[in-house]
Amino acid sequence: MSELPLLSLVIWGPILIGLGVLFVGDENPTGARRLALVGSALTFVLSIPLYTAFDASTADMQFQELLPWISTFNVNYHLGIDGFSMPLILLTSFMTVVVVIAGWEVIQTRVSQYMAAFLIMEGLMIGVFAALDAVLFYVFFEGMLIPMFLIIGIWGGPRRVYATIKFFLYTFMGSVFMLVALLYLYSGADSFSILAYHDLPLTLREQTLLFLAFLLGFAVKVPMWPVHTWLPDAHVEAPTGGSVILAAITLKIGGYGFVRFALPITPDASAALDWLVISLSLIAVVYIGLVALVQQDLKKLIAYSSIAHMGFVTLGFFVVFSIQRHTGGLQGAAMGIEGGMVQMISHGFISGALFLCVGVLYDRMHTREIKAYGGVVNTMPIFAAFMVLFAMANAGLPGTSGFIGEFMVILSSFKASFWIAFLAAFTLILGAAYSLWMVKRVVFGEVANEGVAKLEDINRREFAMLGVLAIVVVLFGVWPDPLVSVMHTSVDNLVQHISVSKL
Amino acid sequence: MEQVYLAIVLAPLLGAAISGLFCRVIARSVAHWVTIIGVAVSFLLSLVVLNHHVVGGAPTYNESLYTWMEVEGVRMEIGFLVDHLTAVMISVVTFVSLMVHIYTIGYMHDDDGYNRFFSYISLFTFSMLMLVMANNFLQLFFGWEAVGLVSYLLIGFWYKKPTAIYANLKAFLVNRVGDFGFLLGIAAVLMYFNSLDYADVFKAAPLMAGLTMQIWPGADWLVMSVICILLFVGAMGKSAQVPLHVWLPDSMEGPTPISALIHAATMVTAGIFMVARMSPLFEYSETALSVVLVIGAITALFMGFLGIVQNDIKRVVAYSTLSQLGYMTVALGASAYSAAIFHLMTHAFFKALLFLGAGSVIIAMHHEQDIRKMGGLRKYLPITWITFLVGTLALIGTPFFSGFYSKDSIIEAVHMSHTPGAGFAYFCVILGVFVTAFYSFRLYFLVFHGEGRMDDETRAHLHETPPVVTVPLILLAIPSVFIGYFTIEPMLFGGFLSDAIQVAPDRDVLDYLSHHFHGAAGFALHGFTGPAFWLALSGSVAAWFIYMKRPDIADQAEERAGGLYRLLLNKYGFDDFNQIVFADGSRKLGGLLARFGDAGLIDGVMVNGSAKAVGWFASIARNVQSGYLYHYAFAMILGLLGLLSWLVIQ
Repeated sequence: MSELPLLSLVIWGPILIGLGVLFVGDENPTGARRLALVGSALTFVLSIPLYTAFDASTADMQFQELLPWISTFNVNYHLGIDGFSMPLILLTSFMTVVVVIAGWEVIQTRVSQYMAAFLIMEGLMIGVFAALDAVLFYVFFEGMLIPMFLIIGIWGGPRRVYATIKFFLYTFMGSVFMLVALLYLYSGADSFSILAYHDLPLTLREQTLLFLAFLLGFAVKVPMWPVHTWLPDAHVEAPTGGSVILAAITLKIGGYGFVRFALPITPDASAALDWLVISLSLIAVVYIGLVALVQQDLKKLIAYSSIAHMGFVTLGFFVVFSIQRHTGGLQGAAMGIEGGMVQMISHGFISGALFLCVGVLYDRMHTREIKAYGGVVNTMPIFAAFMVLFAMANAGLPGTSGFIGEFMVILSSFKASFWIAFLAAFTLILGAAYSLWMVKRVVFGEVANEGVAKLEDINRREFAMLGVLAIVVVLFGVWPDPLVSVMHTSVDNLVQHISVSKL
Repeated sequence: MEQVYLAIVLAPLLGAAISGLFCRVIARSVAHWVTIIGVAVSFLLSLVVLNHHVVGGAPTYNESLYTWMEVEGVRMEIGFLVDHLTAVMISVVTFVSLMVHIYTIGYMHDDDGYNRFFSYISLFTFSMLMLVMANNFLQLFFGWEAVGLVSYLLIGFWYKKPTAIYANLKAFLVNRVGDFGFLLGIAAVLMYFNSLDYADVFKAAPLMAGLTMQIWPGADWLVMSVICILLFVGAMGKSAQVPLHVWLPDSMEGPTPISALIHAATMVTAGIFMVARMSPLFEYSETALSVVLVIGAITALFMGFLGIVQNDIKRVVAYSTLSQLGYMTVALGASAYSAAIFHLMTHAFFKALLFLGAGSVIIAMHHEQDIRKMGGLRKYLPITWITFLVGTLALIGTPFFSGFYSKDSIIEAVHMSHTPGAGFAYFCVILGVFVTAFYSFRLYFLVFHGEGRMDDETRAHLHETPPVVTVPLILLAIPSVFIGYFTIEPMLFGGFLSDAIQVAPDRDVLDYLSHHFHGAAGFALHGFTGPAFWLALSGSVAAWFIYMKRPDIADQAEERAGGLYRLLLNKYGFDDFNQIVFADGSRKLGGLLARFGDAGLIDGVMVNGSAKAVGWFASIARNVQSGYLYHYAFAMILGLLGLLSWLVIQ
């Protein structure tokens, strides 16, 4: 398989097919949908060998492709994946198929443009995960904003203009600092190779400034408190598919940025400022959990729940230094980072599924107000079963994928400090409170109004997309080993790398 | 045997999957047969296991099925630990579950969710079996939460009922508070033992005995105390100990069969089972044992009081369950783990019997649950009446009945215990005997004796419930009478559970008691001379006198002790406190954070504020770009002037 440039295929394949979908045009929506489905499915199939042929015993980059791009500045078209990026690429290609199915009948205006946007988005996101050259990474990273900007701006809700501008400026503000950091690193390494940055010696002052730049860039994406307020607005205005991709994948790029850039390039600054990230993560878990509790809008509730869950990602990534200080060893550090990674993958499925659930309701009732619902189970029993399952997964029930990441991060953070684990464990209560209270108000009870009384249960298409997510969520919950075992070597390597000072 | 263990667990799961996933297409008979057969297979195989381990003397089985995941050399696995303790637990669980499955055919006969209900109770059986057969903390937590999930689904089974969907949310959240501690306890175990496997942890426990940790600076805690107290917080949630007991009475909103199975006989005993399983750890922390003892004692006595003022037949039995769980917890705290498991077993039978009996009454009364509208039912429901009486006698600890053996041994054990708090605990459990007898016979007399207070319509339709209901009652009544007599000797004094339970020699109260034990009959006869018997008798007589002979006394007492009565009626204010402080409080806090934090400060000041600032600055700066040539010329002259003067000054 290694002869095929698989990574290029899964990046440019969907982009080209997306352009093809544009050519099919809005006059032929069925053709556009079919081509998009075939394209996304093909990309997913092509991405499977990345898992099956992946060598989990090495932390080196695999499936590498290296071509000179702008040789004057030593910029290369350099792709490659390790245990961090590979699962995220599969998540991307998988969720795109789901999103194409989700938009099938729902989107009736500019169908080909809608489908094309998602396919192009897919290619760009995979590019972000696979890029090993900083310029290439930056191009994908910023390029990704465009299709999402369009998705929210064209197919979004009434306040879509406010939301798109907020979304764009927020993320752009962060990434500008990241660009400065990357350029500074180029001046030191005389190369844009991300791997070369990893080994670049830097003073603590340099590291601190670089770290803060990265933090700004990635914290907005994750998003971390207090730069999170674009997310609820973007979600509320985005069409269902946009919300799914936003929650399932683009947020993960922030988390990925920490393990690919911030931690390995600036380990000493990360160690010195880990309290900052840990505090912000814990604020995300507790503060945002409380805020989620009082949301009246279904999408906002899930958006806030996403922020709270992503708090575990950053917590898991940064708890390593406290463990080292507290116990003198590194036992438990890898568990935290792996927990963060698992949390990202799992949250991709669960938040995606929850947004799809909201989409199913919205398509029928045209409102996201929790108050407008009640007793949905009476008219949509199958849907209700899915909704309860995903809410439980969101609450971190063992046996679903939602449990694993939180479990690992809490176990790991206990080694750092009793109080970190104590605060993190609040998610058990808060996560259950906002998820299940929402279920209680939306799903259970007597039929609340005529709208609910007229609801029809999910059709086959909706059953398929929710069903496949349900299977994945339960499968990983019962047997996460296939997911975590591919990460071990890369994570161990990172832990070793960051435990050695660059000073 | 491995296949047998696997089959025990998977048979109910298969039944649950079939009746659940296809609940809309299969016939009712398919749903109940497939689940009943699943649980029956499970029960029969449990007996095989019991026989294999107890009679056959098979060694403890401890193997893993598959690796859930492996991180940093810590293997997290799914596997089974089967010893005598497990064998007893799975037999009890599957037997009660089987009875409840059969009973459900009658109880849920007219319900639309018939298939779904069978799916849930089978799923519950699976989860509970996973919990008790676990050989590691991960799987324990898995089962722990899974039973919580099924409990949530079953309490809210009648999802149209507002009280039911309130109760199931409450139950889940309160349990989550317990799990909060439980998970931290597991994290502590992993940190200090670097393993989640029972065998590894128990083996290393002696080495950890003296280790301390700091939770806040300046205070050294024994690691064992921290671990055990955190784990016990989990047990407090699941086994409904004060102050995390609040969900259990509300859980009575669910259908009665699950009140019997989950909220009396099995799930709520998970906490008791867990602490007993963890005895090799708890024995290293007197602090933790003391906490367990005191919490259990408070629950045993004060929850019993609440049973006196309840008028809902199921709630009376629910408070009795709380109180009995308190007894079990007290036994744990006194290091009489075997006595706790023994009481757990006898209680499972007689409490399931009482609940199912109550359910039988409810069916006959057309879903009326208020005991003030019952009375004289013994004429109409003879089988229910006799079996309910048997259950009541077992509950109050009548000598020779199963409940007597287990409860009396707990009382004796606490009496002998030197764990701090044992004096208080003894006072609570001994007074609790009177209270138990009083509320139990109050219930019994008000339901089955005296004049019928139901309306004529109901009275005309009163008749004994069908055999699917009464046969389980009879089958449960048999062990309620006899199981104590036949098993006390091996379970408490014969070292039957010694492969699972470890007790430090200086705390081994049961060993001390065994020197005075001369057979089950002698134990019972001796019981007639103890204070417990006389307290139970006087409680029963008092109930008879007050509620049968002189009903006016009850009314007068209600008036005279109005404050006390209201305190009991308000359940000591726990519910109000939780509602105001925790439920409303966190919503208010969340609202404040959303309004002032997110919308006000971050969005209002920082985000939109900076946008506004840019706009404001631009609106000022815009004035410079007026488009008039003379403005620009004037600015140029000013600039030139400034530049020149700066040069000159230089």
